[in-house]
Amino acid sequence: MIPKCYKKESLPHLFCPGCGYGVILKSLGFTIDHLKIAHRTVLGLDIGCALLAWNLFDVDTIQTHHGRTIPVMAGLKFAHPNTITLALVGDGGAYAIGLQSLLHSAHRNDPLTVIVVNNSLYAMTGGQMAPTTLQDEVTTTTPLGRDCRKTGLPFLGPETVVPLTNHFAYIARVSIRNPFVLEETFKKAILNQMRGQGFSLVEVLSVCPTNWKTDAEKTFRFLEEMENYYRLGEIKKPLEEK
Amino acid sequence: MEKGLFTGNEIVVKAAIQAGAQLMFGYPITPSTEILEAFAEETLYHPELHLIQTEDEISAGFGVIGAILGGKKAFTATAGPGTVLMQDPISMAEAMRLPFVGIITQRGGPSTGTVIYSQQEVTLTCFGGNTEGLRFVYSPSNLQEIYDLTIAAFNSAWKYRFPAFLLTDGYLGKTKGEVCFYQPKHLIKTKKILGDEKTIVHIRNTYSTEEELFAILRRNLSEYQRIAKKVSRYRVYRKRKEIDYLIFAHGSVASACLAACEAKTNLALFQPITLRPFPRQAAKFWAKKAKKLFIIESSAGQFARLVKEALSGLALEIIEYQKPALGITPKEILEWVR
Repeated sequence: MIPKCYKKESLPHLFCPGCGYGVILKSLGFTIDHLKIAHRTVLGLDIGCALLAWNLFDVDTIQTHHGRTIPVMAGLKFAHPNTITLALVGDGGAYAIGLQSLLHSAHRNDPLTVIVVNNSLYAMTGGQMAPTTLQDEVTTTTPLGRDCRKTGLPFLGPETVVPLTNHFAYIARVSIRNPFVLEETFKKAILNQMRGQGFSLVEVLSVCPTNWKTDAEKTFRFLEEMENYYRLGEIKKPLEEK
Repeated sequence: MEKGLFTGNEIVVKAAIQAGAQLMFGYPITPSTEILEAFAEETLYHPELHLIQTEDEISAGFGVIGAILGGKKAFTATAGPGTVLMQDPISMAEAMRLPFVGIITQRGGPSTGTVIYSQQEVTLTCFGGNTEGLRFVYSPSNLQEIYDLTIAAFNSAWKYRFPAFLLTDGYLGKTKGEVCFYQPKHLIKTKKILGDEKTIVHIRNTYSTEEELFAILRRNLSEYQRIAKKVSRYRVYRKRKEIDYLIFAHGSVASACLAACEAKTNLALFQPITLRPFPRQAAKFWAKKAKKLFIIESSAGQFARLVKEALSGLALEIIEYQKPALGITPKEILEWVR
């Protein structure tokens, strides 16, 4: 079964075999179907693997520069408040090059829904260290494994954002291991925007067997390691009424 | 329209509103800050106007892009190091053919430099970023031109879908004077690019093959060349069949050159009003009539490069006077041009 809002002629999608984006985009598609919002949704995509979804949905879509999806979607929402604006960005786009914009958007409580895909590295460029790379994880720029004494601890994005938000923000972390929770969380995040409450951020722990160089079993074993470090669940729930 | 004395930066805001701008995104930087402040004041009287003060110039520029995608006229204003950061969103606007409008109030450089004046952001505004310079750059030399050309920048950006800039400076921005305000006869209507709830649109800036990108660039370049003649503008002071000394200057320096020309009858001035597209044919036409050419500017040859490229092929004596990041007076010009 595929989401109704998928563009049939764009299938099969362009992601690597075994990529976590398949599950993420499918869950997002089902959420859009369920909420019946395809006609008024605008999906912003960062540079990185996210850009491969540029024509996957029958939904207005725009690719931006690396780390700049959030300000573009914020500008769009200011100009056209009736749209439902989604920003789909990677962990590098959100927590490195675009962190300043993420923090200020959360701080202003912009009515946006930001989805950050955390696969522990820069995947599109071939697997370099990201802010989210785990301790001792081997990447092309940490060939002996990440040394957190020199490069800092794996970056806790949602936890960093939470203190900046007001009572109406929704912040959560989920894993692709459970698509039902994924869909339910996307729904809550988008509804928070639709109710006019404000900012929402969902970090999704994902997998990258291509750059991790893992088979199916080792892929999910590494995802478990990520889940052990990055706490899953709703980190901040909004007050019901604004 | 209201009457009174206004600064160049205030006039920018009056013109932008007349041209239909509803949103401004910006980050304070001297000498552009009064544009942000004047727009903030206008929002008190016009509920349809919104000012979004962003965390940096990059976010301001991308916010403008988002607002344009949502179907509203929007703009930003910046200077110096801010213009450097602004190249990130401007190159995306150029790639996607979005009617981005920016007010660039030049300050001294390189780096943080000085805060009020230079003509050193010519190359950056015309050709900055990893682009081919498919932009419209208007260079006003007085307060009335600030008003007229801000409106022109919005109109040409929305008509032809290339980014457009008003390239001014802090001297002009802080000068106070009287201007003839008017309601533009002709304004270009806006249209939602994303979120119109009718057609599905996918916009990208990344291509899989060199050929794919080349085809798009070739189309954009040829469209730009086709409209260049319609957009390019210039002014000649003292149109004569034979000219002793013809000065090329733009912006504030053109204003000083005009005063020098008024004092001495054997001087004439060619002022390109658009630096991009450059009025090449007209520049050649008038240069041919002169015995000697002078290029005067407050940068180390950024403007001269544009002029000399336009005049390539002409065997004429060209003398250049350059005072990077320093103002130029009519008195100095009269001493040089002889």
